[in-house]
Amino acid sequence: MSIVTGALRNVRDVARDPRSWWQRSKGNIELWANLIVLGWALVFMLWRGGGFAITVGSVFAIWAILAVSLNLVVGYAGLLSVGHIGFLGIGAYTTAVLTSHASYEQLRTEAIPTFGWPFFAALPFSVLLAGVVALVVGVAFNRFRDDIYVLVSFGFAVIAFTTFLSWRNLTRGAFGIHEIARPAIGPWVFDGELEFLALLLVFLGLVVLIAWLIVTSSFGRVLTAIREDEQAIQVFGYRTTHYKLAIWVISAMIAGLAGALLASWSTFIDPNSFVLLESVLLVSIVILGGLASIWGSLLGALAFVMLEEGMRFVPFLPSEFIGQIRQVILGILLVLLMLFRPQGLVGRFKL
Amino acid sequence: MLLELVDISVRYGQVRALTDVSLGVGEGEIVAVMGPNGAGKSTVLKAVMGLAPVVGGHVNWRQNRLTAPTHEIVSEGIAFVPQGRRVFTHLTIEENLEMGCLYLNDAAEKQRRLDTVLDLFPVLYEKRRDLASQMSGGQQQMLALGRGLMAGPDVLLLDEPTLGLAPIVVKEVFQKVAEISEKLKTTIMVVEHNIKGVLDIVDRAYVLDMGRVVHDGTPESIQETDILTQVFLGKIDSGMESDDI
Repeated sequence: MSIVTGALRNVRDVARDPRSWWQRSKGNIELWANLIVLGWALVFMLWRGGGFAITVGSVFAIWAILAVSLNLVVGYAGLLSVGHIGFLGIGAYTTAVLTSHASYEQLRTEAIPTFGWPFFAALPFSVLLAGVVALVVGVAFNRFRDDIYVLVSFGFAVIAFTTFLSWRNLTRGAFGIHEIARPAIGPWVFDGELEFLALLLVFLGLVVLIAWLIVTSSFGRVLTAIREDEQAIQVFGYRTTHYKLAIWVISAMIAGLAGALLASWSTFIDPNSFVLLESVLLVSIVILGGLASIWGSLLGALAFVMLEEGMRFVPFLPSEFIGQIRQVILGILLVLLMLFRPQGLVGRFKL
Repeated sequence: MLLELVDISVRYGQVRALTDVSLGVGEGEIVAVMGPNGAGKSTVLKAVMGLAPVVGGHVNWRQNRLTAPTHEIVSEGIAFVPQGRRVFTHLTIEENLEMGCLYLNDAAEKQRRLDTVLDLFPVLYEKRRDLASQMSGGQQQMLALGRGLMAGPDVLLLDEPTLGLAPIVVKEVFQKVAEISEKLKTTIMVVEHNIKGVLDIVDRAYVLDMGRVVHDGTPESIQETDILTQVFLGKIDSGMESDDI
């Protein structure tokens, strides 16, 4: 909440006395990071118009939900997981399988069972299944920490991807799943992109609220203490493994939610959306924005999406290279960030 | 004895940290465990807290075997103040103190303990809204002591509370430990390498060398012998073979 009051204070100060505000604020990197990313997004959206803004907003909302969920684990509990994309995939595939309407027999490819559920009936199962898998995986992961944790979570991402690719009579493997249902409340279907964006933003708001409640509670305080010094907190009577498991499962469930939304938004998914690289990009967003900062995750996601979408309009860039160049630029940005601002754009802690 | 180690042996892989160590602390006492670096002093406390790989012997707590896992020991009435202070620098003083008794659900009792601790440590009261990272080493040590006391312990285990502190601050810390014992009647077992200061405040002391207890007695009896010189200058024959280490 401090971000809101901080923004309001800045607006008030600028209106009152611009010169003294400038004197005080010109060295404030956090403020500039906020202004640049938000300003850049705003200018771009105004320039490209409504359609572009809606697409960017939707992609942003999904990445932001994911980034906030991962920040709970990486930033607050100090568990560097690169396997989060697996939970996104589990959520997405659950919704895809349960809601797809496609009659695959006509496509003459592998047929899978179609259930044709409405989106909101499938959504809880996406969240729940991601949670259950996280619980099972988390019990095993709880023995590990630090760099070993990175490795085992890497293993999880690889297993998840291989499962999506190979379990063909459920996921149709590389063919992917088509005609995933759009959400509907009664007769009102979220068909249009604008309606869907509104829905995404509602969910994003909900996730931010949940995350905020968690990190400001005593539960959240114990989590940050675990990140700082796990043994010290153990001797005060905390079963740290339970806390770590709890936040891991909560975080995975939020990622499952993001998966369900992603599947429904794009109406088609295949395993390529859930490769390890996406997971690494997600970790980059969290670090770019700032560890242990919910606002940082939102800002990181926005910067990342703007980088991706914004580069489409660089005139001399052939469109087929945009994807790769975006990653190169993101890589360079991360290196520069680690060199000059290891706590991220608006974060307080280093990795 | 309120808390007693009976024939405790600890091994870190091939390294024997403690061999058949028996020592204890009676109700209301202050007892020191002393010895040179690597003698196994800190391992004694870690063995009590379930943080060291114990391969033999057991710990008695109020005449019963202590089998609780690390996170339950504090609710038994044993609080551990680890080496190097280890305060949570991103939290305020008051939040740090609260971490010491979060397992407690009784808000009134929490407040009572907080008042007791802040009363005992005026410096913590003054800075209670400041971040722990803004405190000096000595103040952080006071915070660590206070945080241990928040658990409302019967026994306080202190692991090298004066490590890395300036001589004048060392004195303050020892005075505070004596004050805790006097005012709160807390039993204290303190591991120290700082012989001079600690002998002034303890009732008894154990001297450890190469993972064994080589002497115990009152501070006077220890100062009468030259055991400390022998141990610290490496002149003692502890009867160990070189492959024991």
